[in-house]
Amino acid sequence: MIPSDPSERLSLLRRIQEGDLVIVYERHDHMKAVKVIGGSVLQNRFGVFKHSDWIGKPFGSKVFSHKKGFVYLLAPTPELWTLVLSHRTQILYIADISFIVMYLEIVPGCVVLESGTGSGSLTTSLARAVAPIGHVYTFDFHEQRAASASCVPDRSIAGITICSLDYLEWEDFEKTGVNKLITVGVRDIQGEGFPDEHLGQADAVFLDLPQPWLAIPSAGKMLKPDGIMCSFSPCIEQVQRSCETLALKFTDIRTFEILLRTYEVKEVRAELGKGDEGFSFRSPPHKKRQHSTEKGDAVEASGAATVMAKPCSEGRGHTGYLTFARLKCV
Amino acid sequence: MGESNQTSRLTWEGCSVLLDINDGERLVFARLSPAATLKIGKKNFSLQPIVGCPFGSSFRVDNGKDGPYLSRVVPSEEEGGNNVQEEENVTGEELRDNRALVDNNTAQSLTGEDIDEMRRQGATGEQIVEALIANSTTFENKTSFSQEKYRLRKQKKYAPKVLVRRPFVRSICDAYFRKYPARIGCLRSDSLALLLSMANVTAHSDVLVVDMVGGIVTGAVAERLGGTGYVCNMHLGVTPHSLEIVRIFNFNNDTCKRIVRCCLNDLCPGQNGSHVQNENMASDSGNQLDVTEEDVSLEENKTSVDTSNKTGKRDPTTCKAIKAGEVASEELIDSWKEKGFSSLIIAAPEQDVWGILQKLLPHLSYSASFAIYHQYLQVLPSRTHPHMQMSAFGGYILSGTKICTSESGAQ
Ligand SMILES: C[S@@+](CC[C@H](N)C(=O)[O-])C[C@H]1O[C@@H](n2cnc3c(N)ncnc32)[C@H](O)[C@@H]1O
Repeated sequence: MIPSDPSERLSLLRRIQEGDLVIVYERHDHMKAVKVIGGSVLQNRFGVFKHSDWIGKPFGSKVFSHKKGFVYLLAPTPELWTLVLSHRTQILYIADISFIVMYLEIVPGCVVLESGTGSGSLTTSLARAVAPIGHVYTFDFHEQRAASASCVPDRSIAGITICSLDYLEWEDFEKTGVNKLITVGVRDIQGEGFPDEHLGQADAVFLDLPQPWLAIPSAGKMLKPDGIMCSFSPCIEQVQRSCETLALKFTDIRTFEILLRTYEVKEVRAELGKGDEGFSFRSPPHKKRQHSTEKGDAVEASGAATVMAKPCSEGRGHTGYLTFARLKCV
Repeated sequence: MGESNQTSRLTWEGCSVLLDINDGERLVFARLSPAATLKIGKKNFSLQPIVGCPFGSSFRVDNGKDGPYLSRVVPSEEEGGNNVQEEENVTGEELRDNRALVDNNTAQSLTGEDIDEMRRQGATGEQIVEALIANSTTFENKTSFSQEKYRLRKQKKYAPKVLVRRPFVRSICDAYFRKYPARIGCLRSDSLALLLSMANVTAHSDVLVVDMVGGIVTGAVAERLGGTGYVCNMHLGVTPHSLEIVRIFNFNNDTCKRIVRCCLNDLCPGQNGSHVQNENMASDSGNQLDVTEEDVSLEENKTSVDTSNKTGKRDPTTCKAIKAGEVASEELIDSWKEKGFSSLIIAAPEQDVWGILQKLLPHLSYSASFAIYHQYLQVLPSRTHPHMQMSAFGGYILSGTKICTSESGAQ
């Protein structure tokens, strides 16, 4: 998922191999992560798909079932991962995640502390941002969660078996690099704070905890001078308490709420008179004739199809407040 | 990769800094060259005292032998001061405290001469502010809210604070958005963040960008690549797009090398490369030097000799030696033709984005992500649709994953 050297990046030459993680795409709201294993099959409402048919095809390929149903096989990204991971907790979504990464000023080489790990939705994006040489230390007091967050069925962020140590290294030894990027720890961060070995080491700290104010003093100790922390809380009361604690050691305290409105874009046959049955929804067109470079050509020969967009009726409303603060410079 | 300038905790001679004056009242990007100055009020202050200080440190104006200069605020002092104010704010005790400061009610205001005299005698800005408050007849009767406002106003004028920030894409984007939104196509930092995520920009990616927003996208991508991979800034016509904003980042040589340009024609020969007029962003970026009074000054410090990195306390390697945005080598272009790019970002306001996308999609790897920013929802592909209305919002982003069919389409 996160290339650790140039040879691993996506390429037109890259082919799906045994052991790869693919995101099986049925529809934008229906996807599933699958590990490619030679003798296995995937069964869904479109039929039975043999993994062996997938091997050797480029990522992004359309593949068919025995009864001519089809799906696309996409290369995993942190964004897709967020959509397919199994929810063991509430998770963060892409609008909040991308904002967090930018506002924490996370760049390659940074050291980031996170708690709780939860389902690991944010963690992969953090890892992507610190790659190739930074590190994310993520902590959850829930052993099982910490363990399964690392049980990503991916050869590049592969499963781990829990050990009773404080640290669980992500256990994929083959060709990945992500194991080098993320370390999962089991720890009560509100009770004990982050481990002392990270004192003054962190460029950024992220908290998604029920009582973040309990962990903020420790976060302050872990940060390098001028480092930034962020706390995510669904309720404004949590934000208020956090800010009171933050004010002691931090400056630039700002709270944001990020709202992302997604749109459905559909191609509609312009027989509008007929009401709903008259609409025929298809995925955005990719017909040869539209590759023409002339602007005037864009109006389709058929003249009947037009593309329309409307806000998705089921949008995510409130997710939570993101409070950022910068450690005062000592 | 080596240590990147971006993760350095201390400023160095020649580095680019963001100066936050009076808690966001003014934001100034400056380069810490020997001759660099910052204008506060009517005076110019040398920026030399900032060199070698940690990012995050504060400065105030102090009186020295040779007149006023920027002097670093020692943290403990600052903390003391801040705490008093913070408590005042939250506890409401400040009414009593402030009243105590008003030691007489005689209607006597300080004159400009009085203030000058105080200065000559070495009074600090804070002392002048206190004196002004003590001598204001109206202060006492103000509500606590307007007392605070009064204090802040005086503080800004007589005791300005300068905070030194590292210029990261977040602050650069925010500063431009506030002051010159048009130069970055009104691209808000949250939208930019989304573009970077949706395009799956990560180390070792080769990212194709059409950046007609002053270089903010190019810089943002380069920041994420950290000296790995490439960001290829593609121009559609003959004129390269402006990369002025890239210079504000503290990119070292490793990163600058990874920022290259290429012309649409080089990648897709036979295309009518000049079908788009692309001067809109480049043209107004030429005035960057004459903005200094405003919230965002994008100074390159005309007077400074930029090539002098003689001292360079740490990491003297800024973009000086290697320029960001060299023309991509043929080798590189050939490798892209063979392997495709791993991400594509288009931020080209006022362009036929769909047309551009059609041309560039074939050069994306299979399953690669793309993200397109537009202020308006340009509905694809027949454009018979009216533009959706603009509101107070961050613009539209279209994102997708390229799939592998003979006729590459989008998800
Ligand atoms: C909402 S989830 C985090 C979700 C995560 N941000 C994601 O995107 O997947 C909160 C997590 O915090 C953990 N947690 C709660 N209290 C904790 C504590 N005191 N120390 C460590 N983890 C804690 C919970 O076990 C839970 O997994």
